[in-house]
Amino acid sequence: MITLNVNQKNYQVDADPDMPLLWAIRDIIGLTGTKYGCGIAQCGACVVHLDGEAVRSCVTRVKRAEGKKVVTIEGLSKNNDHPLQVAWQEIDVPQCGYCHSGQLMSAAVLLRENSNPTDKDIDNAMAGNICRCGTYLRIRKAIHLAAELQRSGSAKK
Amino acid sequence: IAENGMVTIMSPNPEGGQNVKTAMPMIVAEELDIDWKQVIVEQAPLNTKLYTRQYIGGSQAIRTSWKTLRTAGATARQMLREAAAQAWGVPVDEITTETGTLHHKKSGKSAGYGTMASAAAKITVPSDIKLKDKKDFKIIGTSRKNVDVPKMVSGKPLYGIDIKREGMLIAMIVHSPAFGMKLKSVNDGEARAMPGIKDIFTVKIFNDDYERQFFDTCTFNEVVAVVGKTTWQVMNAKKALKIDWEPFSDQTIQRKGFGGPAQTVTIPAGLESTDDHKARMAEMMAKPAKVERKDGDPETAFKNAARIIERNYTGPFLAHNCMEPLNFFAHVTPEKAELAGPLQKAELTERALASRLGMPVEKIDIQIMRLGGGFGRKSYAHYLIEAALISQKIKAPVKLMYMREDDMTSGIYRPMYSVNYRAALDANNSLVGFHVKAGGIPENPLEANRFPAGAVDHYLAESWTINSNITQGSFRAPRSNFIAAAEQSFLDELAEAAGKDPIEFRLELLDRAMKKPIGKENDYDASRYAGVLKLVREKSGWGKTQPGTHRGVSAYFCHNTYVAEVLDVKFENTKLTIPRVCCAVDCGIVVNPDAATNLSEGAIVDGIGNALFGAMTFKNGVPEKSNFHAYRMIRHHEAPRAIDVHFVQNDIDPTGMGEPAFPPVFAALANALYKATGKRFYDQPFISGLNLSKQGGSVKKGAREVLV
Repeated sequence: MITLNVNQKNYQVDADPDMPLLWAIRDIIGLTGTKYGCGIAQCGACVVHLDGEAVRSCVTRVKRAEGKKVVTIEGLSKNNDHPLQVAWQEIDVPQCGYCHSGQLMSAAVLLRENSNPTDKDIDNAMAGNICRCGTYLRIRKAIHLAAELQRSGSAKK
Repeated sequence: IAENGMVTIMSPNPEGGQNVKTAMPMIVAEELDIDWKQVIVEQAPLNTKLYTRQYIGGSQAIRTSWKTLRTAGATARQMLREAAAQAWGVPVDEITTETGTLHHKKSGKSAGYGTMASAAAKITVPSDIKLKDKKDFKIIGTSRKNVDVPKMVSGKPLYGIDIKREGMLIAMIVHSPAFGMKLKSVNDGEARAMPGIKDIFTVKIFNDDYERQFFDTCTFNEVVAVVGKTTWQVMNAKKALKIDWEPFSDQTIQRKGFGGPAQTVTIPAGLESTDDHKARMAEMMAKPAKVERKDGDPETAFKNAARIIERNYTGPFLAHNCMEPLNFFAHVTPEKAELAGPLQKAELTERALASRLGMPVEKIDIQIMRLGGGFGRKSYAHYLIEAALISQKIKAPVKLMYMREDDMTSGIYRPMYSVNYRAALDANNSLVGFHVKAGGIPENPLEANRFPAGAVDHYLAESWTINSNITQGSFRAPRSNFIAAAEQSFLDELAEAAGKDPIEFRLELLDRAMKKPIGKENDYDASRYAGVLKLVREKSGWGKTQPGTHRGVSAYFCHNTYVAEVLDVKFENTKLTIPRVCCAVDCGIVVNPDAATNLSEGAIVDGIGNALFGAMTFKNGVPEKSNFHAYRMIRHHEAPRAIDVHFVQNDIDPTGMGEPAFPPVFAALANALYKATGKRFYDQPFISGLNLSKQGGSVKKGAREVLV
């Protein structure tokens, strides 16, 4: 049994310690916002926060998450009001939408560490997240808007 | 319509990012005359009795449903008016509506739709409904937000892959590692003993005597299924399987054309390689091919030409790489089959499934989940049939999951193409002869009646195909996605040879097609075509390039929508950047402008990615790329810095946006790269033709490196 703390809730997970965190979250805990895209840390659809750091849950052993705080897209905010979630809706970013939980989780770490990211900062932080629908320009715009909302405090953190 | 006035609109078509789930209800709401805030949108299940054409395909959802959806809304509104007239004892003509409320001015009576809905439902459905005057539209033509975004950004389950049911097992398949091979034997002893594994067995997707419908393409007809408790356990068991595969001999299947009769189709034996494909395409190109259209006397025109320009273009197989890999949920019992997942053409799949399960269509229920990308790939529902057969065999609810590797190597690719163009110019640099010869493996990309057919006196179009066991399927703007790239690059080169501005050169040809068209089969409207070119010329500030910036133009008409694009490239610190793409679109009435803009932006980014990097290659039947470490996809930092999208304003009935902005960008990029590098780009992906050392750049592998 491995104890996982996901979105501030403890779960007893009966899993092979080598099982990627992604499958523990999706199959065992039953939170499906975190997506499977490639399984080899190339596409970013599975990004979650592990003690605040963005990690690819598809290659993160579940054992590594023991004793750490895991945050998934479902735990990014209580009322869908993280500045990024607000901005994503305002800019109407997604098309198919599949990659966006990963995009948001990567962007959330960027925004926490850099309250006013430049285009280049965004490029660097987001290069690991693929969107085949090609919504990159709207993601960039939404991150800028979220930064603005965060600075002005108009969206709750 | 609920008593509180909230209106639930069932969106009939599958949603995979085209945003029809917002646009289609908008059209109903418009005619129903309600406030958009009153609308709740739900995805309709597959129901061929209630709905028509529940497909994703051909950018046709809005175009083909435009009148139906308007009529549905207007009919409901009329029934509400009649119910109010009966309740108040007044003539129906005196009942007006205003955003969800019925009014009778003379008596001062008014009522919300909700209070009249039950009575209205009992009224005989009227016919000959008058639709709104387009100038009175309040919802159509205004930007409305994608109804599913709040769920997406909070991680709510929306996709097939998110389905979870009581007692549900996970299944995966193992298919042949090579095209041209079939299953020989399975040694599953070790895998069977692994934790969580319930069963391992082979699944035959279509029976040998089954007459396959158009979308019943299936690359590997016999696969090994592994069923277990969790995804991770099944993944591990998959690796422990020892399977022998063997080359197959030529085989034949019965297959229906798209609306045509059944034909015997041969799947050829052989372990094919990209190098052989290239050689065979060159051989075919050297031979006469099937004449698809001929105007005037092209032979003489070329004989008498002052100058002949001939160029050859190629494009590789492309994998769809939807971000959501193939998956489907199935629960098949002797009484019924319940299925749910991502599927573009559920209506056609239902029949194939009924036949395979030996079950009447009435016992099959298919729920359409939001697709995490489709792009054509999820039209081919072999994976749904696999899921159903696995559930039937294991007698439990099952979610079939493809690993990325299974998905990327499962075939049904954009075909490999080649086209040869010849142009005859006279002494005045006028285009007097045009010859296009196009072919592909296993489908040819020719569109014989498209521009510049109709604009040239002497025109010849020929096609050829090479059969292959590498399966092909629809890929965002089929055929157009290659032929536009080639044609619009070639026209750019012709304009240059003729000493003319590339936009002016195209406009002159279109003017010709408008005033004195050659032939009667031309399938484009030359004035609308010219319209988008003029709009992009104006909006892009054509002719006023910034220093160091190089521009390319391209225009194309496909799927009933006209698009022109001007793309800028710049080499900054040895890196290629795309500062801006300007896009002009004529899709008639724009139902949801911001969503149409989003789709255009996405198509441009997707097109640039595929033009630069997209390619699937083969060695001895084995696809050489199996995941994103090898198959390069465009990333954030490689996307254009800005894209501006402009719509031609008119009140022509709307056409689709899922595909048309995709094909032209390939050539806009090629033409801009030519201006920047002095080199023409004839072969996709363009990355292989970018002489990086000349540009002083380098290609680095990995996620965080910058473009070239």
